[in-house]
Order: sequence, then C-alpha cells, then structure tokens
Amino acid sequence: MAQIKKANGLVDWLDQRLAVRSLTRVLMTEYWIPKNINFLWAMGVVLSVLFTLLVVSGIFLLMYYKPDVNYAFDSVNYTIMQEVAYGWLWRHMHGVAASAVFLVIYIHMFTGIYYGSYKKGREMIWISGMLLFVLFSAEAFSGYMLPWGQMSYWAAQVITNLFGGIPIIGDALVVWIRGDFAVADPTLTRFFMLHVLLLPLIIMLVIVIHFYSLRIPHVNNETGEEIDYDIEAEKYKAGDKKESKVIPFWPVFLSKDFFVVSIFMVFLFYLICFHYSFAIDPINFEPANPLKTPDHIYPEWYFLWSYEVLRGFFFDVGPIAAADIGLMAFGFANVAFFLLPFLDRSDVVAPAKERKKFNLWFWILIADMIVLTIYGKLPPTGANAWVGFFAAMVFIGLFISLPIITKGETKGGAR
Amino acid sequence: MRELKILSLVVAITAVLYWGIEPFAHSQMNPAVAPADFAFEDLEANNKVGDAAAGAETFMMAGCIACHGVESQGMDSPMDNETASLSFGVVSPDLGSAAYLYDRNFLAMLIKDPTRALKVEHKFNDENPHPMSAFYGLGGDIDQEVADIIAYLETIAPSKMSNKEVFEDACLRCHDMKYDKLYMPTQAEPLTEYMGTLPPDLSIIIRAKGHNYLTTFINNPQKHLEGTAMPRVGLKKDVQEQVISYLEEIGDSKKDERTKVGIYIIGFFIILSVFAYLWKRKIWKDL
Repeated sequence: MAQIKKANGLVDWLDQRLAVRSLTRVLMTEYWIPKNINFLWAMGVVLSVLFTLLVVSGIFLLMYYKPDVNYAFDSVNYTIMQEVAYGWLWRHMHGVAASAVFLVIYIHMFTGIYYGSYKKGREMIWISGMLLFVLFSAEAFSGYMLPWGQMSYWAAQVITNLFGGIPIIGDALVVWIRGDFAVADPTLTRFFMLHVLLLPLIIMLVIVIHFYSLRIPHVNNETGEEIDYDIEAEKYKAGDKKESKVIPFWPVFLSKDFFVVSIFMVFLFYLICFHYSFAIDPINFEPANPLKTPDHIYPEWYFLWSYEVLRGFFFDVGPIAAADIGLMAFGFANVAFFLLPFLDRSDVVAPAKERKKFNLWFWILIADMIVLTIYGKLPPTGANAWVGFFAAMVFIGLFISLPIITKGETKGGAR
Repeated sequence: MRELKILSLVVAITAVLYWGIEPFAHSQMNPAVAPADFAFEDLEANNKVGDAAAGAETFMMAGCIACHGVESQGMDSPMDNETASLSFGVVSPDLGSAAYLYDRNFLAMLIKDPTRALKVEHKFNDENPHPMSAFYGLGGDIDQEVADIIAYLETIAPSKMSNKEVFEDACLRCHDMKYDKLYMPTQAEPLTEYMGTLPPDLSIIIRAKGHNYLTTFINNPQKHLEGTAMPRVGLKKDVQEQVISYLEEIGDSKKDERTKVGIYIIGFFIILSVFAYLWKRKIWKDL
C-alpha cells in the first residue's frame, strides 16, 4: 500500500493514486525522439489525427445510418446528406479522410522504406505497421459497401468472389463470407458490424502495439545514425539542448507535428468541401442494382496497384488458369511488404540515396507502383493489359531480387 | 531548404497519381462527346409562319386530344393514368406547356415523325409502331398546318414556369423524384415493359452524373448511351438548364452551404497554421 498523504493540489492528488507525473514523463516529456528528422516524421501524428477524425465522424454517421438494403442508400443520401444539419459535412469528412488516410499511409510506408526504418531492431514497427495497413484496407472495403450504391455492390461482388479462387474451400468460403449466395442483406449487415465494431477495435489495439513497438528500438532518423539515447537525453536535461541529438516528444516533437497537421488540414478540408469526387465516387450515387453491371468496375485508388497485379495475368499458362495465377500474384503482393525486413539482407540503416543499388530498387518500385495504380483503373484491353502484365512482373521481380541486391552491401561498399 | 525539396517531390508524385486515376482514367473510360446541339440541326427546319387561330382548329381536327389533354384550356386528358399506362406504356403528356418546353423545330418534327425527332428509330418501326402516331396532314400544306398548330400551342403556353414545374411536365411521366416526394403518374409495370427497364429515380442523379454529362445526355441520350430507350426530349436550352437546376436543388441541396462552410474551415486552419508555425519556431529556437 502506497503512502497517501494530504494532497497539495489536484495533480498531486492524482499523482499519488495514478502516478501521473511519471506517466507524463515516460510518455511525453522524456520520451526521446531524434532531432535530425524532416516533416515526413510527422506522418504518424497526421495518421493519428486522421484516424480520430474518422472515428468521430463515423460516430455521427452511425446515429442516422441504417444497415438494411432497403434503407441504407436513402439513409446516407437523403437523411444524412440532406436532412441532418451538417450531415453532409460528416459524410464528406468520413469519405475523404478515408481516402486521404491511405495517401498518408503510403507516404509513411515509403518513408520507412527509403530511410531503412524497418530493420535492425525495428522489424516489429514495420510488421505492426503493415498489419495496420491490412486492417485499414479491410476497414475501407467494408465501409465502402455501406452506402449500398452501384460501386458498393459491385466491388463487394468482385472482391468477395476472389476468395472463390482458393482451392477446395473456395466456393464454400465465398458463401460463408457473404452470408448468402450473392451479395445481399446479410452481407451488408455483417460488413456493417465489421466496419463499426470489430475492425476499429482491432485497429485501436494494433495502433497501441505499433506505438509501443517504437519504444525499444526508437524512432529512426534522417541519416540512420545510431544514437545513444541515455547520453543524449542527459545532455538535453542538463540544458545542453543545442548539442543534444534528441528532443522530447512533448512539446518539441509535437510542436512541429502540430504545424504539419494544421497545414494538412487546410488541404484536407479543401478536398472535403470542393474536390471530393476522387474519394466519393459519383457512380456510388446510383443505388445498387444487381441486374445492371456498371460499364467499369474498379476499386478505390489505394487498392488499384494490387488489383492490377491481380488482373495483370490475363492469359493461361499451360494448365494454370489466368485467374489463378493472378490470385497467387495478388497474394504475393499483399505478403511481400510484410517480408521486407527479411528480404533486405543488408544491415545498413541509411537513406536510400546512400545505398546505390537499393536506391535504384526503391525508385523503380515507386515508378512501378505508379504505373500499376494508373493502369489498375483503365479498362484492361489491348496494350493496357500488357502494360499491366509487365508492371506486375516487375513488381514481383523487385521483391524476389531484393535479397540479391542487398546481400553484398556494407556500410562502406554501399556508398 | 531540404524540407521543401522533399515536399515538392511528394507533391509531384501525388499529382502524377491523381492525374492518372482521375482526369486521365475518366477520359479513357468516358470519351468526350460532341457538345449539346440545341438547334437540333439533324432535323429540317420548319420556316413557315404559323397562324394561331387556324392552328387551334387544326389542333382539334388532327385528333391530338384523342390522347392528349390540355387542362389549361379546359380539355381534360381523355384517359385516366391507369388506362393510359396500360394503353401506351406511358401517360401521354398534357400539351399546355409544350411550346414553353420544346424547341420549335423539334416540335414540328415530333408532330410529323415522332420516332425521328425522339431518336428512337432503333426501337420503333412499322411492326412496332410508336404509341404517338404521326400527323399526316389534313390535305393542305402539312408544314403550314404543323406551323399553325405550334403557333396555337405558343399562345396557350405559360410565359414562365418554375424549375419544378418544368421537371413535372418534361420528366416526371417516366422518372420519380423521391427526395422531393414527386412520383410519376405512369404505372411502373407497363412503363418497365415499354422502356425495357424502369427509368431511374432522379433524386440525386446530379451527384451521379454531374452538370456536363446531363447537359449532353438530356439533349441527346444516344450520345452517351447508344441504343438507350430514353427518347431525345427536345428541350430548349434554357428550359433544360431549368431541369438541371431543379435536379441540383433537390439532389445537391447543400451546395451553397458546402462552399461557405468550406471557406470558413479552410480559413480557420490557415490561421491555425500561422500560430502553429510561430509556436514551433519559439520552441525550436534554442535547439
């Protein structure tokens, strides 16, 4: 039993019971971050803000949304968009932030790849981050279904159908996922549950794990320098702030993030109020119609690259059907990033520009993903199909060749 | 400024991606079509000067009121909605506002050759005649007779109609407008059989299709949907604009609020950014 004395104030009262002073120290004022970082290091906080925005706007939408195929469309497009005061704002915020969150996730992810922040002790940061990517993808997909528009319905149809390609259990699995033989009311209600309950819960849990995974290996920095945090922290605490290579999370690190977030919000709300069609697809303002296939079915932009890897293999090879090869490639594409820390055989932690071959690998990967994304939306006919095929091959080739590329790399040889 | 260099790189990559998945992809998926033709140049012009008094007589003699009502002139529709739906597939329009709504040349051709004016020749022919029978004339100069009828319709047409009234007369016979609680007078089942599919509710078609698409589509549906059963409606330019304004009033009722709120919120974050920058500077100055 702790010694409880008469408190000399609220903070002291709380401190005696909850140790709030040490808690603040550990989490905020003495949580050390390297000083040589650029604004790309603010993406984590931008993502936290976006996720909060999604949760809050989601709660408001949840008050009026009706998960029933007969009411879903009108509850979104009439009740929320037109009847409820500022309902349109919450809906636009939710839809646009869901798209923007992926843009920032990709920036966050490729920052990690560029600076080598996924290895030498930082593997769990990377893996928990990739897990979040997958969870956000599932969250986005399930949420996209809810307005029950044309693209909601047909995307659900196409994506759930993919599971049919799994050997033996495929067909049964599709029915199990849909809760019906076709995408229908049970599909909507279960994806509603996933979207508003199970997935957000797991996401919050994994976010905590992701944050925690930073504690031991610490945040990487712009040069990949290994910092002795004990020594540097002592310097900072002793007042030698200029010499010290670290800064505390609060207020120093967050003051910069706060600025980046404010600027980002200007951009985000411009999109929300004036330029939202990229995220809130016009075609989804047509109600779901199982009898009318849209001319073009495509996923949201952030799934296009992996969708294109899936579609890229459009011809049978011997006895293996095109769809099965595509599905295997798609599976590979989704696992490949998880394996990055183990495919990179070099223990050099440095920005890509200081790792010659890796630098080339990185920029080819960026270019390839841009090509995959753009061609993932185009109709897969004629030359488009071949571009998709080659870009998918390059993608797979890049990940297969990474161990060879990075094997001989040493600190000196890399430069 | 290395940070600005990094930022411009990130912005450039994002811009290329955006260009690829939005403007470029959409230009590939929906190739541009010729602009709307409100002169209806594919139809020969009727240059005769009509005589309204003669037209009133021709109108009665031609048998128009066997199917059409002109309520403003005390001529009720000869059939109730159910009978008309079952007989024609669609309720026949009241002609009181026809001259307000439709282009003169279009109307002239509609009277003489409905399938051609409506651009539904792919659907209707001698074996499967259009429910509106062509006017073959009363024995005189048919173009003069048609011009007279139009002159008559012009005298009885209202000089002003609200956007909603225009929609009711021009679109509502086949399309619901659920979010404004307007429902078509035609019965759904015969209409579905007549059109091949139930024409969509237009409540938020403005968000689905947008102003530009609707402008060319209403003017000539075949341009975007070759073979569609939807007829060319033949609306005058400003009347069609009224229809689209109405679609926007109902389907995108928060447009003005969106702009206003948007400017306020963006302004707020710009000011916040300035303060955030000053705060950051203050904290980082002795680092």
